[in-house]
Amino acid sequence: MKTNDVILQMITKIVVFIILTLAVYLFFAGHHNPGGGFIAGLVLSSAFVLLFLAFDTETIIKGLPLNFKVTAAVGALLAISSGIVPTLFGHPFLNMVMLTINLPLIGKFELGTIVLFEAGVALAVVGVVVTIILSISEDV
Amino acid sequence: MMNNVLVFPMVLPVLTGILLIFLRPYIRLQRWLSMLSVLGTGAMSIILLQRVQASGILTIDIGGWQPPFGILFVGDSFALLLVLTASIVTAVCLLYAFSTIGPAHEQMHVYAFIQFLLAGVNGSFLTGDLFNLFVCFEVMLLASYILASLGGKRKQLRESLKYVIINILSSWIFLVAIAYLYGAVGTLNMAHLSERIAESGQTPLLTTISMLFLIVFSLKAGLVLYFWLPGTYSAPPTAIAALFGALLTKVGVYAMFRVFTLLFYHEPSITHTWIGIMAAITLIGGSIGAISSKDVRVIVSYNVVIAVGFMMVGLAAATSAALEGSIYYLIHDMLVKALLFLLAGTMIALTGKSKFNEMSGLIRNYPLLGWLFFIGMLSLAGIPPFSGFIGKVLIGKGTIEAGTYILLALAFVSSILVLYSLLRVFRNAFWGETVISLEEEKPLKKSWLVPSVLLAIGTIVLGLGVEVLAPYVQDAANVLLQPKLYIDAVFQSK
Repeated sequence: MKTNDVILQMITKIVVFIILTLAVYLFFAGHHNPGGGFIAGLVLSSAFVLLFLAFDTETIIKGLPLNFKVTAAVGALLAISSGIVPTLFGHPFLNMVMLTINLPLIGKFELGTIVLFEAGVALAVVGVVVTIILSISEDV
Repeated sequence: MMNNVLVFPMVLPVLTGILLIFLRPYIRLQRWLSMLSVLGTGAMSIILLQRVQASGILTIDIGGWQPPFGILFVGDSFALLLVLTASIVTAVCLLYAFSTIGPAHEQMHVYAFIQFLLAGVNGSFLTGDLFNLFVCFEVMLLASYILASLGGKRKQLRESLKYVIINILSSWIFLVAIAYLYGAVGTLNMAHLSERIAESGQTPLLTTISMLFLIVFSLKAGLVLYFWLPGTYSAPPTAIAALFGALLTKVGVYAMFRVFTLLFYHEPSITHTWIGIMAAITLIGGSIGAISSKDVRVIVSYNVVIAVGFMMVGLAAATSAALEGSIYYLIHDMLVKALLFLLAGTMIALTGKSKFNEMSGLIRNYPLLGWLFFIGMLSLAGIPPFSGFIGKVLIGKGTIEAGTYILLALAFVSSILVLYSLLRVFRNAFWGETVISLEEEKPLKKSWLVPSVLLAIGTIVLGLGVEVLAPYVQDAANVLLQPKLYIDAVFQSK
């Protein structure tokens, strides 16, 4: 059966950008407000899943040549490394430092190593969720 | 802050496991790395054990958050002894896996998941936070779900489905119990919990919550609720089954000891009586199971159940001697159960049969295999030069002190039944007429036997070297008996 999914594809092209922006917003909001790496990762993977649904898997994989299993492993590695590095400097495991700098236009800007940990979490979540969805879709 | 070493028995296997995912095509490198990581973990736990003897219980506040607000790892002798034993057993099982598990498993990340399993097990031993214990349990269980079903044979899938469902249910009860406890006392740090429960004098509400924990850990450890165990442990490949038999239930046993000596120890007439009753039922049921089956792997699995009952007799008696005995027996059981699973798997691989009445006269074909089985059997039954002896004697002493004579009788009758169940295997499979002629016997590779030989040496060394181990075990039992030591170690200001 050939389906006509022009509308879905058109909307997806726009909506994916909104979802991705929301993911980035949630990722950085997580520092002080609800949000963070895990939630951002879930939202990111929902964008990918929408793409896989609207277009076919092969096209998306061609445009986005990521091995999602490796993505998950890279994320986990990043997260755990950000925990191990402080121990090399004599701090407790998973100790995080934060730097507050004043930038001319933006104002007060906080930079913390926790961002690395959260980025690792986000990557791991994206990798795992997309791998699960893709494996389920292959079985049918 | 040198206590950072305390997180590495968990972090090192996790890190290695992640690296192994990247190194998927390089099987030889994977083997070397996984072995190095496990040996490194073992070495670290020895160093930490020495440090505990020198300067008391070690703690590390993760991320620098002070207790009771942050999550922390606590290393006392009990936890570290188990970390050490778990590393040794994993190393031996890896050695067996190298030569038996086959390329299909090796390419599907089996070594990575063994690392994650070890990480979860070590994390459960070391954590000082009840919610973190739940998380470590989940890490261990997720790895074990994959290891149990990897390979995808019909029997494996059927058994692992049961295993997954039963564990999701028990994890859920665990979570609910944690939520109740948090609602009741407002903390989940184990030392802080211990203080607050002591302050309130363990109200009936808290005792009720403790019964929920008892159910959860019984499911994990196979105390009374062991119906899932023989099936699950007899389906996966031998090396994996040995790892499960040696480690998984022991984590449940550990959690039971921790929770009922550190947190809920004020109403022993309720909680410890129930543990005693459940231990008795487990001993009886496990013995019946072990004798009723003809399948070697099922018999070995039921022996795991009996051992859990036996250790719980020590917890029910809860005297110093009984706890020491249980700790000795826990260490001993991890080694010997791994040995027994490896031997049973090797017997099945050699003969192609799984029932002992279909094998006969193996000792003529494979003398060393037969004698190793003999050693394992004597050790489990508690014959003196081997490691089971000291644990049984001390548990016996403890039950007499506590006056629980029924448990004493059941524990020792079950020992005889253990001996009988294995003796039946030995008599039928190893003695008797040799069916396999010398021409058609399968060659027994050295690499199949070396792991079992190592474990057999381990049980002899543990039996003869009790003197060396004694100070560590006494210290471990001491901390279990005096929760104040644990609390003070956690809350000492740096």
